[in-house]
Amino acid sequence: MSNDKVITAEQLTKRFGHFTAVDHISFDVHKGEIFGFLGANGAGKTTAMRMLCGLSMPTSGKATVAGFDVYKETEKIKRNIGYMSQKFSLYDDLTVKENMKFYGGIYGMSDKFIKEKTGYILNHLHLESEGDKLVKSLPLGWKQKLAFSVAIFHEPGIVFLDEPTGGVDPVTRREFWNMIYQASDNGITIFVTTHYMDEAEYCNRVSIMVDGRIDALDTPAQLKKTYEAKSMDEVFLKLARKATRIEI
Amino acid sequence: MRTLKFLLQKEFRQIFRDPAILRLIFIMPVIQLLVLPWAADYEMKNINLSVIDHDHSGYSQKLISKITSSGYFILNDYSNSFDKSLGEIEHDCSDLILEIPANFEQDLVKEDKAKLFMAMNAINGVKANLGGAYLNTIIQDYNREVRMEWIQLPRFSPETQIEVTSSNWFNPLMNYKYFMVPGILVILLTMVGSNLTAINIVKEKEIGTIEQINVTPIKKYHFILGKLIPFWILGLFVLTLGLIIARLAYGIIPAGSFFTIYVFAAIYLLAILGLGLLISTYSVNQQQAMLLSFFVMMIFILLGGLYTSIDSMPEWAQTITKFNPVSYFINVMRMVVLKGSSLSDIKEQIFIMIGFAVILNGWAIFSYRKRS
Repeated sequence: MSNDKVITAEQLTKRFGHFTAVDHISFDVHKGEIFGFLGANGAGKTTAMRMLCGLSMPTSGKATVAGFDVYKETEKIKRNIGYMSQKFSLYDDLTVKENMKFYGGIYGMSDKFIKEKTGYILNHLHLESEGDKLVKSLPLGWKQKLAFSVAIFHEPGIVFLDEPTGGVDPVTRREFWNMIYQASDNGITIFVTTHYMDEAEYCNRVSIMVDGRIDALDTPAQLKKTYEAKSMDEVFLKLARKATRIEI
Repeated sequence: MRTLKFLLQKEFRQIFRDPAILRLIFIMPVIQLLVLPWAADYEMKNINLSVIDHDHSGYSQKLISKITSSGYFILNDYSNSFDKSLGEIEHDCSDLILEIPANFEQDLVKEDKAKLFMAMNAINGVKANLGGAYLNTIIQDYNREVRMEWIQLPRFSPETQIEVTSSNWFNPLMNYKYFMVPGILVILLTMVGSNLTAINIVKEKEIGTIEQINVTPIKKYHFILGKLIPFWILGLFVLTLGLIIARLAYGIIPAGSFFTIYVFAAIYLLAILGLGLLISTYSVNQQQAMLLSFFVMMIFILLGGLYTSIDSMPEWAQTITKFNPVSYFINVMRMVVLKGSSLSDIKEQIFIMIGFAVILNGWAIFSYRKRS
């Protein structure tokens, strides 16, 4: 059981001056799992995720991603993960195909692989006719789906999604989650932050961050039981109301 | 190598799709080179002159017509009251006052000497200085003519006269444009090199794509080379465009070889691109990058010897110019274009510029972090 842990964090902490953004968090994520990372704005979700992705240096604590240390082996971690940031991350002034070619290329994928994969994704998303259009001309929902496809283009073992469905309509959100399930079925571990509590229900396990700490971590069903709540919404409210930190 | 190929492909696609950059690259050199050299002319013309003539004699008339026919002066007003002329200076209508006293002719003829009074508007120091000097020369010339008129046989002249003839090396006609155009070209290259690079990288920071790049296993030097090479090529393109304009519009053909110019420019661009890179690592958004590069550019231009000679700067300012890459390139450009200096003549500058390139890029690479 211990061998299938793809992410481990132990007392992981990040301080910015006197401000402790992430406060001694510990958790494990198993292979193939959809791990929900919940918390109010400013609870420290993004900071925690950035540390795991090698974008931010932890202040203290230990963590490994795909078996590699977040202090010393970030470049190895980067080979094994995909990342979709809160900010939109495709190039607006490149076409859909050019974006895929670029990101595939810098991950060292072969021309043949890039071509096949691009065709597969466009076909799968029913976007064949949009392949040569500039990304900026596409609606947000499509862009988000494309960004996710690009994040897992190089077939990483783990993908980190930072509020991937922010500002997207309910239908597209549903479709987006179908894509997540599909990726999960293909053995990709999903680490996702979200504000939407219905999305939390889709996760295998959920952690709830309050003021930089992880206050709860379990399956959605178990969490509802523990907190005697009818929905994840209620669980979240019960926990998030304890927050004392002002929003940043 | 393959990673670099993808980076360059992406960068060039973005550049060619950005009409603002393309316009900047074409229009900036054309406008700057066609307009600035005409405006940045040190020769003073159109100096407004007020003449107060209390004498109203033949000699005073002759003097005035000699001054106005020199081409440097415009007779603004002709009066017989100093207060009125001073008013003209106060209203900024006049730059210079020449007062011819009563009995000017009489004194000149009878006593062999006469006095003139000159007053200058020193708000524009350069204009006042040069105008005063021009006027002085014209009056002395006039003085000699008067003497010649009286002493028909100059060899009996009691006073020996020294006449100075000068010849201007490397720029025989003292054409100011020959001096300015190479300098303006340098400024152009500097602006294209540092601003475009800095803004390009900071833009990726703003959009958030840089984070996506940072989370890939891309090597730091790959990313940086991917940014530097396109703008290095763009810089050399702007230089070519500038040299063509210099030739077509001003007939400036470098006395030295194009090869020398391009070798130095290639190294210079590396240094300047490093500067742009450095600016981008210290800026969070495009506004900051713009302000920072504007600040640096101001210092570079004013302490670069484009408009004012470095040799006439105070010592401390001269020391600063030694840390200004622009001053070296302006110097080299003028040496090669006007004097025809070759690579061996500018060896020292080349080594210094390599130093700049290494330090600026090293510093930039060091402070560029994939992780915060």
